[in-house]
Amino acid sequence: MAFPIEDRQGFAVIALSGEVDLNKSPDARKVILACLKKQKHVMVDLSAVEYIDSSGVASLVEGFQYARSNHLEFGLIGVSDAAMNVLRLARLDKVFRIYDSLDERLANGS
Amino acid sequence: MDCDDQLVTLSFCSRTSRLKLLRCVLRDAADIAGLDRQATDAVVLAVNEACTNIIQHAYGMDPNGRIDVTLVQEQGALVIRLRDYAHRVDVEKVCSRDLDDVRPGGLGVHLIDCLMDECGFIDPPEGVGNLFQMKKYTG
Repeated sequence: MAFPIEDRQGFAVIALSGEVDLNKSPDARKVILACLKKQKHVMVDLSAVEYIDSSGVASLVEGFQYARSNHLEFGLIGVSDAAMNVLRLARLDKVFRIYDSLDERLANGS
Repeated sequence: MDCDDQLVTLSFCSRTSRLKLLRCVLRDAADIAGLDRQATDAVVLAVNEACTNIIQHAYGMDPNGRIDVTLVQEQGALVIRLRDYAHRVDVEKVCSRDLDDVRPGGLGVHLIDCLMDECGFIDPPEGVGNLFQMKKYTG
């Protein structure tokens, strides 16, 4: 399963979707790290994520850590209720930069 | 087997592609057991995490391991038992980690602890493999 990437306003916007479990999270990890390794700022769109487990969350954390170590921006946009519930349980809702949309991020600045 | 109490037993190979099928069965079983939406979501995520741990750690991503998941409706609780046939795990090493240490991995046990009312390893039949039991109260 390929997760689409769109270049918008200096960000690579990666749209995860469906059920991001141990079967799909390696693809998510791969696409997130590939964008970051091209020195792109990354926003991961979680609006179409119906389910995410700890392996999916781990791919987001890995992106977050890589971005922080390489002075890149990494954030989440449009986080679905299903995804937010898991982020809260993992106490990561205060760790990630989370925006309603890319427009909100652009309006607020870095 | 007491069919009044046992909801379903599912045996599948330790392949990541089977997790979606497992979650579908769990949702219907939780519905039959009378769990509400929130409790159902909790059971689905917790059992998924436990199976993910079996696939990753007990079987080391070997896709040919066997996993048995049994759901039993007991008085006041939905009981889920997960059996694998891998080497015995060191139960002392299976614990939740410090969440202030932000890093990938190690969240599964924390999620299970948060989501379920009881959980823990019990002795497997004939001492083979591992048997992990979780309970979600329904009362």
